[in-house]
Amino acid sequence: MSERTPVVSLRNVHKQFGRGGVVALEGIDLEVEAGEFISLIGPSGCGKSTLLRVVGDLTDPSGGEVVVNGKPARKARIDRDYGIVFQDAVLYDWRTVAKNIALPLEMLGWDRKRRAQRVEEMLELVELSGFESHHPWQLSGGMQQRVAIARALSFDPALLLMDEPFGALDEMTRERLNMELLRIWEQAESTILFVTHSIAEAVFLSTRIVVMSPRPGRISDIVAVDLPRPRSVETREEPRFFELVTQVRELLRAGGAEAAIEAEEVEA
Amino acid sequence: MSTAPTAVQPLPRGSLAQSVGRRARDWVPAVLVFVVGITLWEGLVRGLDVERFLLPPLSDILQTFWDSRDTFVSAGWFTFKEALGGFVLGSLAGIVVALVLARWRPLGSALMPYAIAANAIPIIAFAPITNNWFGILSPASKIVIAAVICFFPVMINTLRGLTSVPPEAVELMRSYAARERDIFRRVRFPHALPFIFSALKVATVLAMIGAIVGDYFGGSDQALGILIRRSAGIFAFEEAWAAILVACVLGIVFYGMVALVERLTMGWHVSARGKE
Repeated sequence: MSERTPVVSLRNVHKQFGRGGVVALEGIDLEVEAGEFISLIGPSGCGKSTLLRVVGDLTDPSGGEVVVNGKPARKARIDRDYGIVFQDAVLYDWRTVAKNIALPLEMLGWDRKRRAQRVEEMLELVELSGFESHHPWQLSGGMQQRVAIARALSFDPALLLMDEPFGALDEMTRERLNMELLRIWEQAESTILFVTHSIAEAVFLSTRIVVMSPRPGRISDIVAVDLPRPRSVETREEPRFFELVTQVRELLRAGGAEAAIEAEEVEA
Repeated sequence: MSTAPTAVQPLPRGSLAQSVGRRARDWVPAVLVFVVGITLWEGLVRGLDVERFLLPPLSDILQTFWDSRDTFVSAGWFTFKEALGGFVLGSLAGIVVALVLARWRPLGSALMPYAIAANAIPIIAFAPITNNWFGILSPASKIVIAAVICFFPVMINTLRGLTSVPPEAVELMRSYAARERDIFRRVRFPHALPFIFSALKVATVLAMIGAIVGDYFGGSDQALGILIRRSAGIFAFEEAWAAILVACVLGIVFYGMVALVERLTMGWHVSARGKE
């Protein structure tokens, strides 16, 4: 893949649910370069999850062009160009941790030995070595989500799509997993599209933050995050961090999301 | 390195002796109820001098069973084979039809209302008809009754299990470019297993009922249902009760076998996770 091809390229993407139904997305233009960490932030109903699903070919856009890795989204899906992590870990209860991580590899037709080796590497990456033969229900929520991340990365997809992956976790676990995700992202050299409605999380993780406004879902602003890397626990205490949080919050407010942001302030 | 992961360890396992001890304690109330029940039966029937045709004393029934145990065991085995044949045929058909209906949804929605309506038919009413179809002495007529009775609960439960998979679990498979066949094999079917097994357990009981009641409408001399009907007809109540006890034991064993297979194949499931 040449450096110049963006991993994701969206042109004038529209999405309407049913004829005369809700317009979830309107006129979305976005380019994501390889190695970026892009957060989509906005109040509920701004279409950020829908946008992620459009990129992942889980739902068809009503108009516009979705190109992933230089290919139409459908082709990219069939080529297994992206991994997905949902808010729920969606682990398969009847499979052990190791077999959950190996599932995409089975679909790729890898042999047993190669699968086992990759599973071991992935478990190491998410720091769950020793848990391969556990069942999902024996793990805490945070550990389950790390297994889901390992599974999504196991086949080395060019793009990782994450839909509020830490939304259901407590604040402490979320902050720890934020750190781990950054480490994994750097180590695996992946590109991430990340949906969240935590401003702090978006600022902490991203290279760029895409701020969206609701009804119809539009990109209202894009904020480049210039916090130095590697980011650490101290990053969250720097003045620049607070400036960016404030900036994003004001952009969200300007986007007409007053009510939704009230709740956000309490959280952040 | 980040902080150590907070591991949730597998179920605590004590020594074998401890676990057997705990199991035994769990069983004490049930055993107690059994003993009290039997004592009450024997005591009340003898003490109040209950008429034989209402309820004979348990000891007489057991004595009758023991005296002609060969007859009872062979009759039980004969009918059990009918029930088992019907169970296997009906359950297999139920699972296969559910797979087809889940795979081709339009077909499913076209046929489902009829399946539900057919489920409400008292199938046992057809017993005299199947006797005509397959011959009154043939086990085939009872097998068919048992099979048809088993079919619906297994089909409907399997279908529900196959189609109640969380959408995200299927979307993940799509993101791995999995074919429909892989999604069925690796996600829908394992997800449906708990549904299938609870239906199979119900089906064991239904199959026994189908086979025995099927016998009531006429059948081979060797069948349990015929033995019950004939004994009651000639006022041999102890014999009728002994045959009923045989049917009960067979039903429980049948159910237990399926429950055992369930435990062996689904160690991962919630129901097998123990209490701690």
